[in-house]
Amino acid sequence: MINKTVSGAKEAVADIPNNAFLMMGGFGLSGIPENCISALLEKDIKGLTIVSNNAGVDDFGIGLLLKKRMVKKMISSYVGENAEFERQLLSGELEVELIPQGTLAERVRAGGAGIPAFFTPAGVGTEVAEGKEIREFDGKLYLMERWLKADFAIVKAWKGDTAGNLIFKGTARNFNPIMAAAGKITIAEVEELVPAGALDPNEIHTPGIYVQRIFQGENYEKRIEQRTISK
Amino acid sequence: MLNKEQIAQRIAKEVQNGQYINLGIGIPTLVANYIPKNLDVVLQSENGLLGIGPFPKESEVDPDLINAGKQTITMVPGSVLFNSAESFAMIRGGHVHLTILGAMEVSENGDIANWKIPGKMVKGMGGAMDLVASAENIIVAMQHCSKDGQSKLLPECTLPITGIRCVKKIVSDLAVLEISPEGGFILKERAPGVSVEEIQTKTAGKLIIDGPVPEMSFN
Repeated sequence: MINKTVSGAKEAVADIPNNAFLMMGGFGLSGIPENCISALLEKDIKGLTIVSNNAGVDDFGIGLLLKKRMVKKMISSYVGENAEFERQLLSGELEVELIPQGTLAERVRAGGAGIPAFFTPAGVGTEVAEGKEIREFDGKLYLMERWLKADFAIVKAWKGDTAGNLIFKGTARNFNPIMAAAGKITIAEVEELVPAGALDPNEIHTPGIYVQRIFQGENYEKRIEQRTISK
Repeated sequence: MLNKEQIAQRIAKEVQNGQYINLGIGIPTLVANYIPKNLDVVLQSENGLLGIGPFPKESEVDPDLINAGKQTITMVPGSVLFNSAESFAMIRGGHVHLTILGAMEVSENGDIANWKIPGKMVKGMGGAMDLVASAENIIVAMQHCSKDGQSKLLPECTLPITGIRCVKKIVSDLAVLEISPEGGFILKERAPGVSVEEIQTKTAGKLIIDGPVPEMSFN
């Protein structure tokens, strides 16, 4: 098996340059690549474009990259719960492309699967449709949407092996598997890294073919945004 | 006038046995508490879960298990997890039978606005545009009027639209209304103690009253 292991987050993100186009897995703060975000914060780069469903919160996740003004543009579906983000957006300091969540997911999936465009009903009749081709199929209107591909896709998994095969846990899976496939270089950080052959092939979610670099992360905080308890 | 819990309770009466249901953030999330126990339904969370269970006890909290509102949750037996593309494939593919979501405005032809207030609030549409473009049956939970008393049931939406001609039914704090295929809000039920006249006054769009309007019941 091809060994994809790198020493850690610092090495994994070392060659990410200014103005890179990145994807980052996660939904809210669940399943975000915490170690790589920390390593990016140590780098002196800016002008990043980041595809991520959300933009973290003020003091965690992608919110930290925003605060350090490393991000030129966010491509997301929902960015609430982040005051600094909203401030930069309303003042015009940050470019933001808001995309329906299903369209975002399918654009990423299409990028990884080699499908340059597809038609979806989401956004017909809204400002999302402006400037896009609209076609009627079987009596209903659909928008054409294009694929998304990244220079670097950064994902977080629960378990991985040295061949880059990944298993996710719970709803921390979310965008991670489809982004893994859509990166020219995909970096996977995992909670537990095992030798190739130690994972059951039946249980693997993301085949290692999509992953170029893998390492075992450390000190996962896994912050919870809305701790909600049964009374 | 209904409070949020009562709106949720009334909406729960619309749920049918065997449905796969997506509940939006806010009042729609509360609907889960009122679905009759004898119904077999499955709740979908668009971040990648079929089978949302109750909120966890303190000892069960798992940061890797949240709903689309980012609240910690549990899974019921028989649940399944999947990625975001698969999640929206089942939504767009028409496999989710019922979508319940909130709205800032609804128009008399069933347009809905709930994602943006230009210059003021930009949170994004999340999964709402995909859901309203695809679901067979869309029920909206909302306040009939804004805090300053302006009707939110309008001839046309003034805010940026989330989806066109998609809302089937509205449960507000004042009434249950259906959208007529020809346009207009058909008044079906009124909240306890609320008169037809008050609903008429507070509905800016075309209100259709066809016969007597019963008071809602919750059971």
